[in-house]
Amino acid sequence: MTDTAGLAMEAADLGKRFGRARLAPAWALRGCAFQLPAGRVCAVVGHNGAGKSTLLALAAGLLVPTEGTIRVLGTDPASARARVGFVAQEKPLYPQLTIAETLRMGADLNPGHWDAATGERIVADGDLDPKSRIRTLSGGQRTRVALALALAKRPDLLLLDEPMADLDPLARHELMGVLMSQAAQHGTTIVMSSHVVAELEGSCDHLLLIGAGRVRLSGEIDDVLTAHARVSGPAGTSLDPHTVIESRTTGRQLTALIHKSGPLPTDLHPTTPSLEELVLGYLRNPGTSVTTGSAGEKAAA
Amino acid sequence: MVEYRIDRRSGVSTYVQIVQQTKQALRLGLLEPGDRLPTAREVVEATAINPNTVLKAYRELEREGLVEARRGLGTFVRRSLGTAPAAESPLRDELDAWAERAREAGLDRDDMAALFTAVLEKHFQGDLT
Repeated sequence: MTDTAGLAMEAADLGKRFGRARLAPAWALRGCAFQLPAGRVCAVVGHNGAGKSTLLALAAGLLVPTEGTIRVLGTDPASARARVGFVAQEKPLYPQLTIAETLRMGADLNPGHWDAATGERIVADGDLDPKSRIRTLSGGQRTRVALALALAKRPDLLLLDEPMADLDPLARHELMGVLMSQAAQHGTTIVMSSHVVAELEGSCDHLLLIGAGRVRLSGEIDDVLTAHARVSGPAGTSLDPHTVIESRTTGRQLTALIHKSGPLPTDLHPTTPSLEELVLGYLRNPGTSVTTGSAGEKAAA
Repeated sequence: MVEYRIDRRSGVSTYVQIVQQTKQALRLGLLEPGDRLPTAREVVEATAINPNTVLKAYRELEREGLVEARRGLGTFVRRSLGTAPAAESPLRDELDAWAERAREAGLDRDDMAALFTAVLEKHFQGDLT
């Protein structure tokens, strides 16, 4: 994993502070370190305000780090921009343009790597009239146009901030299918943030869990899941030497989510957690970040 | 051609579902030697699952000798799981008649499934597949 050539994204000690340093400095992100291999579909999850959007904007080169570095496709974000597609949460588009004009603008701004057919197909699949103006579209329809624009650019790295939030379940499934097919066909690396973990499960194979401005877990989802276990046993059972992420005692029963260090006795009834269980376990227990730093490293190693 | 139906809430991992459904199609004769499996792109476009999951399932099927990947052409069925009867067969007819009798006797779908599973378990004790 030290092969930096195969990395789509790499952050080292990355931090971003908003506001002036002497007056109430607010760190949106601090001390972030992770590596994302190329060709992955990565889920960025975390609380509201955890720093997900800040991270994506840093990767897109729209923000400059206060400290540390972020490298994208083997170079700095500004130099990689032609190969990166970014759809911000608010899906910024020019309201006075029509859909057709928006797509033509995309073609003009991306000479040499514009796939007009893909853009037109995504718009047509949503039954949108190319002559409609952006300002007349619903939130979900604007999302579709923004994704059409980003995908037609044929990026090597696609950064999507809450891409599915405005979409109905049918459009969500269809557009997720379009994204996955892009990844299958062109090996596009996709990074998407979401609050809805269940929505990402199955589509993503890599996880970046952000809490309070730090990376709390990162790695291949399969590895991360098998590194943890849900266990249950009589109250008072010692869970040493494992790292307890979350535990609860109900009557005589103890249940816990742990990060394994070594084999588990079968009388703890270990089962592999689902992605949602794992993420919720971490989000409910922000205090576990110090010890779980090792989880991230192991999963990424 | 098979079409995979992915149930995300089943608790069965996605790639195992693809492996199982492919085997089921082979058993039922929906897939025969020489048939092409859908490409990863076709599967993910329809199901919105991760492409690597499809490739993992296909590798598993290849390891079991059921399919083979031909470079640039796709993944093809090598052999069928022909021991089970095809859709039209005397055994299926007997099962069909049994289901009809069971229904007349007042069993509902779950009762029948439970009975069938119990009989299967009796015959395949200790056999994980």
